[in-house]
Amino acid sequence: MELIGLANYAVYMAIFIGIYAILALGLNIQWGFTGLFNAGIAGFFAVGAYASSVFTSPAADGRLGGYDLPIVVGWIGAMVCAALIAWPIGKVCLRFRSDYLAIATIGVAEIIRLVVKSEGWMTGGARGINNVPRPFGELPYFQSQLAYLALIIAVVGLVYFLVERQIKAPWGRMMRAIRDNEAAAAAMGKDIEQRRLEAFVFGAALMGLGGALFAHFNRSITPEAIDPMVATFLIWIMLILGGSGNNRGAILGVAVVWIIWSMSELVTDQLPQEYAIKAKYMRIFIIGLMLQLVLRFRPEGILPEPDYSNHEKKKKVPDANKASDASAAE
Amino acid sequence: MLDVKELTMSFGGFRAVDHCSFSVDAGTITGLVGPNGAGKTTLFNLIAGAFQPSSGTIRFQGEDVTKLSTDELFHRGLVRTFQIPHEFHRLSTLENLMLVPPKQSGESLLSNWLRFGAVRAQEEVVRQRAMETLEFLELTHVATERAGNLSGGQKKLLELGRTMMTDAKLVLLDEPAAGVNRTLLRKLEEKIQILNQERGYTFILIEHDMEMIEKLCDPVICMAEGQVLISGDFQTVRSDPRVLEAYLGEVAYGETA
Repeated sequence: MELIGLANYAVYMAIFIGIYAILALGLNIQWGFTGLFNAGIAGFFAVGAYASSVFTSPAADGRLGGYDLPIVVGWIGAMVCAALIAWPIGKVCLRFRSDYLAIATIGVAEIIRLVVKSEGWMTGGARGINNVPRPFGELPYFQSQLAYLALIIAVVGLVYFLVERQIKAPWGRMMRAIRDNEAAAAAMGKDIEQRRLEAFVFGAALMGLGGALFAHFNRSITPEAIDPMVATFLIWIMLILGGSGNNRGAILGVAVVWIIWSMSELVTDQLPQEYAIKAKYMRIFIIGLMLQLVLRFRPEGILPEPDYSNHEKKKKVPDANKASDASAAE
Repeated sequence: MLDVKELTMSFGGFRAVDHCSFSVDAGTITGLVGPNGAGKTTLFNLIAGAFQPSSGTIRFQGEDVTKLSTDELFHRGLVRTFQIPHEFHRLSTLENLMLVPPKQSGESLLSNWLRFGAVRAQEEVVRQRAMETLEFLELTHVATERAGNLSGGQKKLLELGRTMMTDAKLVLLDEPAAGVNRTLLRKLEEKIQILNQERGYTFILIEHDMEMIEKLCDPVICMAEGQVLISGDFQTVRSDPRVLEAYLGEVAYGETA
């Protein structure tokens, strides 16, 4: 019995790690590779979660939706909707320097949260949407969890593959160049505004997908789920801790932070009532402390940005030219 | 090739470039000299589209390009380098060069997903060209080094190298010799001459090293206080009293005259 409980818990955690991995990969495109400070992940997460819920849930009174579409359509719809919301935001905000972009995106995420909460005809208001279908949801509990985990692993694998391909291609090189030196990238003929917008929309679409995966796993979505603490800042910590500019680092960071985050909940739940409330803040403190320690001792993260021309290294790079080496070293 | 007319750039009340007019012929290496604060780099920023001028026009190959942005000018063959090296510091030296060629199909998201074979084939061509450029600059041994780790002189070479990765027509070089040691400097001069003669690049060169100006440049334009003082061959410019005045100040001019 105990063993089954453990297995259940492990599967549950792994599913969340998968969902967060999608969000972190989205943020990595924006921040890790392009240098866009998006502090409004929760907003795109919400758009994706609600869009997919509206598309796929059965008909209900008093709110939009009831289209009862296939779940795949919902997930693609979630990405499209998040991208459509990101496009005008990026168009306006990407002209700002990075710190202003951060403030603008926080504002946008907050607006989305308030809209979701107060526009009941569209989103069900504070009650949210409660009958979101779940793939393999008709199976017995444990099998259903396992099946959803397998699905998530497949989605994460596919997303990882598609993102990595871009990062290793000239597109990724161009983005990293824009991140490293905007003026020089413009001088080399790159259309900075347009390219940043591409990265912003691409990343936002993945955040929307993450939201959809979350809503279908929970079988519901409510405004409470769009808490900036767990839907924005936790993801930032995951990415920075794991190593921004490195997709494997991003996923590793997600796993490490999520395990610490949920394990600490197990510990605080054991405490007597009067301490349990205080201990909630301790969890946030521990995560903050971890971030501080990482930034102090390993600012590049657990897995730093790799040398992306490395896979070319094996090909012919002739031996050191000693003569020019000597003159350059003078 | 390049025609600058009455170009003016004001920052608040200060006119960094003040009714500047000159033209540059195709195939030349034009030197741009003048004391610090004369407005040379601001002039480059205006020509390269980094700033919009307060007034005046810039014509490049017969077309008005005053309002074009830096990246649009690049695609027309007007390429600039920076006084302070602007390398992409977390990219390898090789990637710094491979980034440059325009119209790479792999810069489109869809191509990378749908036509990866074609992208890869093009990458091979670009890599080949980048390796040749590194060889020309004698930087092959640092091909996979992060550009941020290169020495100051190597970064200057890399700046020049980037202009070689596109089919540039006019290259603006902002103090290519600053901070470069003597041996490397001779090499740099040689590279510029080869590019000028064999590839047909036209150069405008800002430089304080008068030896380099004398060796490479004809004509030479001298600027002071945002205006063109004089242009002509090196000897004419050097012996002009107005140039001496600009460099040494009015008192010194009074004494030498």
